[in-house]
Amino acid sequence: MGSDVFQPGISAGRLDPESYDTQFADLHPRLEPHEALVAADRCYFCHDAPCITACPTDIDIPLFIRQIATGTPDAAAKTILSQNIMGGMCARVCPTETLCEEVCVREVAEGKPVLIGQLQRYATDHLQEQGVHPFSRAAATGKTVAVVGAGPAGLACAHRLAMLGNDVVVLEAADKPGGLNEFGIATYKTTGGFAQAEVEWLLQIGGIKMQYNAALGRDMTLAQLQTDYDAVFLGMGLGAVNALGTEGEDKSGVTDAVDFIADLRQASDVAAVPIGRDVVVIGGGMTAVDAAVQAKLLGALNVTLVYRRGRDRMNASVFEQDLAASKGVRIVTHAVPVAVHGNGAVREMEFEYVDDAMKGTGQILRLPADQVFRAIGQRLVDGDLPELAVNKIKVDSAGRTSVQGIWAGGDCASGGDDLTVTAVAEGRDAAIDIHAMLTGAAG
Amino acid sequence: MADLTTNFIGITSPNPFWLASAPPTDKEYNVRRAFEAGWGGVVWKTLGSEGPPVVNVNGPRYGAIYGADRRLLGLNNIELITDRDLHTNLEEIKRVKADYPDRAIIVSIMVPCEEEAWKAILPLVEDTGADGIELNFGCPHGMSERGMGAAVGQVPEYIEMVTRWCKQYYSKPVIVKLTPNITDIRKPAAAAKRGGADAVSLINTINSITSVDLDSMSPEPSIDGKGSHGGYCGPAVKPIAMSMVSEIARDAETRGMPISGIGGVTTWRDAAEFITLGCGNVQVCTAAMTYGFKIVQEMISGLSEWMDEKGHTSIQDFCGAAVPNVTDWQYLNLNYVAKAVIDQDLCISCGRCFAACEDTSHQAIAMSDDRTFSVIDEECVACNLCVNVCPVENCISMEAMAPGATDPRTGRVVQPEYANWTTHPNNPSARAAE
Repeated sequence: MGSDVFQPGISAGRLDPESYDTQFADLHPRLEPHEALVAADRCYFCHDAPCITACPTDIDIPLFIRQIATGTPDAAAKTILSQNIMGGMCARVCPTETLCEEVCVREVAEGKPVLIGQLQRYATDHLQEQGVHPFSRAAATGKTVAVVGAGPAGLACAHRLAMLGNDVVVLEAADKPGGLNEFGIATYKTTGGFAQAEVEWLLQIGGIKMQYNAALGRDMTLAQLQTDYDAVFLGMGLGAVNALGTEGEDKSGVTDAVDFIADLRQASDVAAVPIGRDVVVIGGGMTAVDAAVQAKLLGALNVTLVYRRGRDRMNASVFEQDLAASKGVRIVTHAVPVAVHGNGAVREMEFEYVDDAMKGTGQILRLPADQVFRAIGQRLVDGDLPELAVNKIKVDSAGRTSVQGIWAGGDCASGGDDLTVTAVAEGRDAAIDIHAMLTGAAG
Repeated sequence: MADLTTNFIGITSPNPFWLASAPPTDKEYNVRRAFEAGWGGVVWKTLGSEGPPVVNVNGPRYGAIYGADRRLLGLNNIELITDRDLHTNLEEIKRVKADYPDRAIIVSIMVPCEEEAWKAILPLVEDTGADGIELNFGCPHGMSERGMGAAVGQVPEYIEMVTRWCKQYYSKPVIVKLTPNITDIRKPAAAAKRGGADAVSLINTINSITSVDLDSMSPEPSIDGKGSHGGYCGPAVKPIAMSMVSEIARDAETRGMPISGIGGVTTWRDAAEFITLGCGNVQVCTAAMTYGFKIVQEMISGLSEWMDEKGHTSIQDFCGAAVPNVTDWQYLNLNYVAKAVIDQDLCISCGRCFAACEDTSHQAIAMSDDRTFSVIDEECVACNLCVNVCPVENCISMEAMAPGATDPRTGRVVQPEYANWTTHPNNPSARAAE
């Protein structure tokens, strides 16, 4: 424990300098070859396997695990990547406990699933670290597609389009690619610059031109893209953050969890990222947990995650909740923010306890806070977009929007969970539909 | 990606993975599913003579041996040849072959050891358009009691005679499937060759009883309290099959004869091993029966990846590559000296190597108070048992001593030249080195 953990206020370097590497080490270090074989041996090679059904990208999980078991991890990687070009990132960040591993017959029977996520990482790392790109491009179609956003949806769409023989221009608002893979995921889930390495590897397919600092609405219009390209795919994610709508929210020390997470990911030295002694995170999803856990890892003395409903309603999985608890995060449920107290800077957060129907009980909770992170959801940046459905771009199952020639996928589009793996699936499927449309194979 | 296209005795298939004549290939429905899954060919389950088909038992047909975690290692069966009408099978074969012209379909046949019986069925099979026939001289159970199957395969003269009839009355390739329930596999193989067979396939299943129910005292599989020996197959039989394949591949009389390898092929690696021992392709049954037809995808991806890695562009590139290295014991190099080496970084200190060596071998592993295990070179004969019982891959390895070094066990200097038992001074019938 460093000497500065009791220091009130927001400050950097609360811990001993040498402890940060341990704190932010890989959450699940890669399996050793022997561990991988033992883990793979547990797979029953189920017929019409539930894990495949549960995977948004339909990876043939029993096949890739058998390929690992038979000593061909590169073949396993090809099986994974042919369905999910970001299989490497998904292996790290997928909530497998609520997807493939939740329905693994060995989870159902014994409470111990096959370690699908970790096996997937074993295989994809094995291939990608050799710099091998196992896919090649089909004959050129002569078509060029604009992809807005270089996050998981956009890159998956771009890769599949390029593979099918189309040229792609990716327009990204930030100054580097990756989207939430680069900016929005806890540091301990994707260590060693993996997000950038994965993008570089993905772009080896060729035919994809990247343009940075190009934001829709700021640097270009949708109408312009429609004129300049044969088709447009929108995958820019959710750029805005929901506000608490609470009195005093503008006090200093109250910020968005996504910014905190991004700052940590972009920091060359995490020890330099300032953190409060008493931190309150408001929200119940993955972002809330990522922020709370990392606040704790940075040396915050007290971190409280406050959610307005019960634990069973939290978007963060039980695994994530347990992870937070194991790091010393206190989880408070059934409480809504009422006021932010403090003179200029936040000093205390006031909550009111509510019942299951979200009705106020009159019971008050006041938590000391020198830093408050909002993590109650993101939303689409307003603009001249195709028709919306529940605040997102309305799409059909192929990713088509209300406007002919424009597709959308990922967090900015309706339907599906806001997960990396879902974004990849939507980007890939939209690409297949775009290609079919451009080559006259679809109606 | 390597080209897996295989030409076996003039029969081409997109890959060397055929389904063996067995329950998975008994009817059109299964075979179509197999082809859709990617299998390169099938040997249709054995047809019998025209007339009322055989009947099977109405109780368990299979028994099993398991490894850890209930992984199926060996399977035995008492199922007979097809119990469906001959003409139904023939019509189905014709239909499937017409729909899958690029896949191999071989028809397995077992009829009585009489010329008329073969003369009757062969034209019917010829008419299906199938690519060839396989003579089932192997089934050890049931049919052998009626003078067919293994009962024929155990008499080389019968094999030769029937093979000759088939070459006479059938125009396409004839494969003779051999039973392993025989003392010397080279004899039936040579007989098949004399009879004009285009190839042999082996092994068929091995006589076996998988287990005994200690309450009912019935062997398994148990039919109303009684059991009969069945044919054993699956991963457990692979070493037996590979040895028999290699004997045929290197025998002066049978060398060069095309072989279709059968026996416990479960992964791409098993298939590659059979091919290096001289097989032109492999046949699979138990693996498909355990995991479904989809496993062929792993076999295809694994084999082609390995071939790419090794620079092989076709199956022919490595077919038989290991045959020259299969030799008799008497020709093994007695001047080759190895010692076990334990990688202390990998060792998990379980002590199995120590127990094995101390109790049952040469007391060549030392154990310290802190459970460090090390090899005593003065005692190690390089028997490999420690390697075999170690639960960690590559933790213990056998490393050859360089010529010129002194073996601390014997005090002798390791000689660079090859020397075997035939010239060894301890051999009473040693010949002087030439």
